[in-house]
Amino acid sequence: MSSSAPYVPLPRWVDVGVLPAINLCMALIASGLIVLLVGENPLEAVRWLLIGAFGYEEALGYTLYYTTNFIFTGLAVAVAFHAGLFNIGGEGQAYIGGLGVGLAFLAFDSILPGWLLVPIGIVAAGLFGAGWAFIPAWLQAYRGSHIVITTIMFNFIASALMVYLLVNVLIMPGQMSPETRPFAEAALLPQMHEVLGWFGIETARSPLNLSLVLALLASVGVWAFLWRTPWGYELRAAGQNPRAAVYAGIRTRRLIVTTMCISGMLAGLVAVNEIMGVQHRLILNFTAGTGFAGIAVALMGRNHPVGIILASFLFGVLYQGGAELAFELPRISREMTTAIQGLIILFSGALAYMMRGTLERAWRWLALRFGGVAVPAEGEDHG
Amino acid sequence: MTEGETVTGGGVAGAAPSPPPAIEFRDISKAFGQVQANRAVSLGVPKGEIHGIVGENGAGKSTLMSILYGVYEADSGEVLVNGKPVRIRSSRDAIDCGIGMVHQHFMLVDNFTVLENVVLGAEEGALIESSIEKARAELARLEEEYDLRVDQDAVAGDLPVGQQQRVEILKALFRGAEVLVLDEPTGVLTPQEAKQLFRILDALKEHGTTIILITHKLREIMAVTNSVSVMRGGEIVAVRRTQDTSEEELAELMVGRKVRTGERGEAREAGDVALKVGGLTVRDAQDVARVDNVSFEVKAGEIVCIAGVSGNGQSELLQALAGIMPLNNGEFEAMGRSFSPDHPANPKLMRELGIAHVPEDRIRMGLITDFVASESAILGYQRDPSFLNHMLYRMDYLFGHCRKLMENFDVRPRDPSLRSANFSGGNQQKLILARELERRPDILLVGQPTRGVDIGAIEFIHRQLREYRDAGCAILLVSVELDEVMSLADRILVMFEGRIVGEVDGRTADERTLGLMMANAHEGATDRVTEEARL
Repeated sequence: MSSSAPYVPLPRWVDVGVLPAINLCMALIASGLIVLLVGENPLEAVRWLLIGAFGYEEALGYTLYYTTNFIFTGLAVAVAFHAGLFNIGGEGQAYIGGLGVGLAFLAFDSILPGWLLVPIGIVAAGLFGAGWAFIPAWLQAYRGSHIVITTIMFNFIASALMVYLLVNVLIMPGQMSPETRPFAEAALLPQMHEVLGWFGIETARSPLNLSLVLALLASVGVWAFLWRTPWGYELRAAGQNPRAAVYAGIRTRRLIVTTMCISGMLAGLVAVNEIMGVQHRLILNFTAGTGFAGIAVALMGRNHPVGIILASFLFGVLYQGGAELAFELPRISREMTTAIQGLIILFSGALAYMMRGTLERAWRWLALRFGGVAVPAEGEDHG
Repeated sequence: MTEGETVTGGGVAGAAPSPPPAIEFRDISKAFGQVQANRAVSLGVPKGEIHGIVGENGAGKSTLMSILYGVYEADSGEVLVNGKPVRIRSSRDAIDCGIGMVHQHFMLVDNFTVLENVVLGAEEGALIESSIEKARAELARLEEEYDLRVDQDAVAGDLPVGQQQRVEILKALFRGAEVLVLDEPTGVLTPQEAKQLFRILDALKEHGTTIILITHKLREIMAVTNSVSVMRGGEIVAVRRTQDTSEEELAELMVGRKVRTGERGEAREAGDVALKVGGLTVRDAQDVARVDNVSFEVKAGEIVCIAGVSGNGQSELLQALAGIMPLNNGEFEAMGRSFSPDHPANPKLMRELGIAHVPEDRIRMGLITDFVASESAILGYQRDPSFLNHMLYRMDYLFGHCRKLMENFDVRPRDPSLRSANFSGGNQQKLILARELERRPDILLVGQPTRGVDIGAIEFIHRQLREYRDAGCAILLVSVELDEVMSLADRILVMFEGRIVGEVDGRTADERTLGLMMANAHEGATDRVTEEARL
């Protein structure tokens, strides 16, 4: 009993709702101080941030478009995390996912019809992402190379590989910038404003496309996989307690490899949003740090799909609103909005449990003072 | 302070103007979340006595001692040392108050020498050399005074556990401890080593050291203490002079009701051989043979116990038979299948054959503390088709399944959605047993079924094991508790340094013989007896 965690079982809604909200507020207060330091009005900054993120239809479209990317990479990190693996390689896996889309479309977009090209593109993005995660996973499982180190290094390898391929091999003949030729119209993912248009809803043009639907489906899929299937059970068992997993007859090495492949696949799907949905050709650095942001998103979303969707949306707001903010208030630079994101990661990730003790005491006090809820003294059975 | 206000262990005797107790707790309360670990505990420990504290797991003994040693701070109440209130906020404060602690799991640096271990944390100045030399003389004096001999230059990790424990005691004395707290000190010792320890404790007492002994072994309390307090549910329910009480009374006070133990089943004929082990050898990563050429049989309908001091290869043997550790040599036959280094076993296959395994270390192997009970209740059987509807788990069915197991084995609270970590040790163990026995295995491998389990649950678990044995299950049980071995076993095998050094009939076994065998010091012991083992 003395070894039991000294945590009060806070009601779940306090734990997953109030606590993150408090953390977010603290981050915003700290950010506000920075804004004050550079001589701008924090409230003004918040106003522009919100206008930038929600103020008009196009803004909301951009916000959701960023959100889509973060959902994919956040899920990727979370799946690996549940198996006790820290996948830092989402960036590289997303990048190589793009290569998959690029190669598939360069090969087939003139031959195959659109209804076939889109699934092929999605599968290629997933497969290439999974493949890029497979190598570090195999090295971890069978050679003991630490996955954190190898996935970080594979980000650099992916980056170098893509530069080489786009500069030397895949570049469109007769042009200077390192990118492929545009893909055939048929291969592109429908834009959200087009889709809504089919239903008679008129919206502004934005990069938002059907990938958001794919991201939400992936979230449901990840949830069901982790908590409703034997594979998810084994994955979580191995992550929580590797010895118990061996006892339970789980082949942990194989599990490491399959888990990382699933994780890499989810990261690879970023390419569906970016390449198939927006860029329509393979370009350099289209991932732009999305893979790394996924780590923060997963952390903040407590590695649960619902949390990840919410955290992704928050990050989408910050990305899109931050751009507007930097544009409207010249003393706030693009870098400063990155610093604000950093503060949010700091408070809701690294310091996620800082306020928990205080909150626990407050809850206990409230319960005794007002609720008349007796804090049960008898706890031997739970000890 | 006045004597009358506190429940003083020595005060029961009623000597009026006695000196203040060495340690006194006044109204100590401590809660962990909703669990009230200590509730207004008041207790005085007289100077120069050995005071026992007994209680079931979760009764609050360890919490109280952790408060004394500065690991936790009490929510309310105060601690007095020699009559003066003190604030102990860290182990350093405790040491400054003259309180020393010998933990259940030793806190030694394995690759340091005894001397270095003793000095560690008590160095003077920046250079270690002078501290070491000063310590050498001081340590020699302590060894002399308390008759606590150890080789100062031996590497701690090489010493047998009994000696390591002495180093821990020396560490405390070196830091000037006048009060020594020992937490379950005999858990890892042979009976002979335990006797040695008690002699040391007596010597310490003669020199005026106050000793607090935390244990759940009542016989030890009766043997060495002057007074004893019983804790239950975070409170002190009784304080007795040892000479005025009995094991039965203490057991009753601990549990709060009468306890029946040690009742054996009828002698009965065992059936066919179910498990046959021949020349089995298991080596660890360092290529040390942990199980060394072991052969034995277990028949259907009998309980064979492997006795021995922990760490003599029992765990590895059990894990090898469960398919978790690979064999290096030899073979075993179970359920008509033969396993050898070329035909390795694996846990999944063993389960399919009807061989269940209740692992020794339930927290790290038997269940997953972060999983809810209904998830832990399918560990190892997670792919059983009956749990699944196509590819997805049938959640209602899993809950019902877990509730059924809980009812059959009286797991409390009966809440399948409670995290496994939030059950007490005994209830976790009952859940694991329920899970493994539900499928009526033909062979059951059990490790330490009652370690850290309270008396009420021990009774229940033993009864279950006997019932399954009577129903024809072949049971191989590893335990370091001699009482358990002697009350359950039809046959007892004693393991020492990876080998089976003796076999005794369970009905005629006596503790002394077993104890000697466990130290490999019995008549006819093989020549590999080491000096330390003879101590």
